[in-house]
Amino acid sequence: MRTLALIRKELASYFAGPLVYVVIGAFLLATGYRFYTTLNSYVTFGFGMNILEHFWEDFFVNHIGFYLLIVVPLFTMRLIAEERRLGTIELLYTYPLRDGEIMMAKFVACLLVFLLFLAGTLVYPAIVYAIQPFDPTPFLARYLGAFLFLASCIACGLFVSSLTESQVVASSCTFVLLLLFWIITWNEAAVSSSYLIALSQLSTFDHFFSFARGVIDLKDLTYFALFIGFFLFLTLRSMESRRWRGRR
Amino acid sequence: MIDVQGLVKDFGTTRAVNGVDFSVRPGEIMGLLGPNGSGKTTIMRVLTGFFPPSDGRVTIDGLDVEEHSLAVRERIGYLPENVVLYPDLTVRRFLTFCAEVKGIAAAQRRGRLDEVMTACGLTEVAGKLIGKLSKGYRQRVGIAQAVIHHPKVLVLDEPTVGLDPRQIVDIRTLIKSLGGSTTILLSTHILPEVSMTCERVIIIDYGRIIAEDTAEGLTRRLQGSHETRARIAGPRASVLRMLDGLPAVDDVREEPTTDGIVTIVLRSSLGDETRRALADQVVQNGWGLLEVRPLPMSLEDLFVRLVRSDRETPA
Repeated sequence: MRTLALIRKELASYFAGPLVYVVIGAFLLATGYRFYTTLNSYVTFGFGMNILEHFWEDFFVNHIGFYLLIVVPLFTMRLIAEERRLGTIELLYTYPLRDGEIMMAKFVACLLVFLLFLAGTLVYPAIVYAIQPFDPTPFLARYLGAFLFLASCIACGLFVSSLTESQVVASSCTFVLLLLFWIITWNEAAVSSSYLIALSQLSTFDHFFSFARGVIDLKDLTYFALFIGFFLFLTLRSMESRRWRGRR
Repeated sequence: MIDVQGLVKDFGTTRAVNGVDFSVRPGEIMGLLGPNGSGKTTIMRVLTGFFPPSDGRVTIDGLDVEEHSLAVRERIGYLPENVVLYPDLTVRRFLTFCAEVKGIAAAQRRGRLDEVMTACGLTEVAGKLIGKLSKGYRQRVGIAQAVIHHPKVLVLDEPTVGLDPRQIVDIRTLIKSLGGSTTILLSTHILPEVSMTCERVIIIDYGRIIAEDTAEGLTRRLQGSHETRARIAGPRASVLRMLDGLPAVDDVREEPTTDGIVTIVLRSSLGDETRRALADQVVQNGWGLLEVRPLPMSLEDLFVRLVRSDRETPA
């Protein structure tokens, strides 16, 4: 009930300004452009391959996933940092609200906004389906993967936002962290294969890729659940730190 | 209703509040008076559950603020300093959110919202974004969010700071109208404010209580100022000689004038007695008495005096 009220307030703030509309527009423009060019290149040069399978893997991870990674910090940076800078956090902390309720409301509201981004991308499979119908079930896995990846990015951004009053610091640190988790296995040549296996367990890219292939694996589900849980846990601890700071 | 015992709050190595004890009875309006940085806001933040005390015990309505934080926060309405609100929400949207979060049942929400907006004079700006409101209106929104759930205790941090005189009167009237049914603790660094709104006053400095008094007591202390300003039309030398002869005069300070009227500020330990004698003397000498006025004591003067007497009393 109280969490719902908070979520509604968060959503009202998101849609009060132009940010959501502008960024959704830019996101769909970028992914739409890449959809066209990537599909074109697969069709032109992908002889002998299972064109559509490879195209969707590539498109979901390298385009939808990566653009989301860029956009998420723009939204998460304000979650707690702005409340701290404005001082409104003092209101929230003195209302009858648990820290966990405040955190979950912010997390869920942000996730809901990003569902609009994902909903916008449904147009791409719809276009292909209109030209040549296909079995849509792998898309369940792809969208589940995209959703979990998004939730992970938001959880990470929420945590960073709880550490600072500066939105610039929050967004740049979130971006660096997300990018690090994304590219951690991209340097295969520099590490031994045993390291690589360990690193790939940490990589958001690798786990998302497995979903993008149309596979729902318990391993990947667990990974994202732990990733989200870990950062939400840290966020809660960070919010609670005001209680023990200055204690003897 | 509010009970504070041995409250201590440290930030790192800085001690913001150093052993404060006081209590506020139900329905009482209590003022917390002190210069900026004296620990007023910190005390209020502990009361409202923003952070716990480093030491000591604070209870509100019999509930410990740390153990029963949520229950305490349900009973409190809080107006933070420099009222900070969400600039991108409309007044109605924001107050709806407050009503929901503070647990006002959906059926009564609309009615209560209209009631509180009328009481705070917000009806005509209900649809405006808070960020576009003037400071006076924002302050009213701040008060509206604090009182919306009929809290038992109202904590107001500098409720009239930055408002114009008319708005100040409005806000004070609003606060006084709430007294009686609501226990109110308000902070200020403006002296007349407490004597106008509060029944009892606590004066704090450097995180410690240096005086506790009723509003009347404080007013008396203030009026009992021993400085008098006088303007006397008469020969300067004779006037000054006469002044020196007045009872219990400690000090006479002459202010420069251009109109030839002797303007002095004199300090004596007797106050009214000295002023009466002064008037008698002027009349007897046949001079013109243009002004005799006890100077109001400023907060600074009061502090100097309180701090001095505080140090003289052995702890």
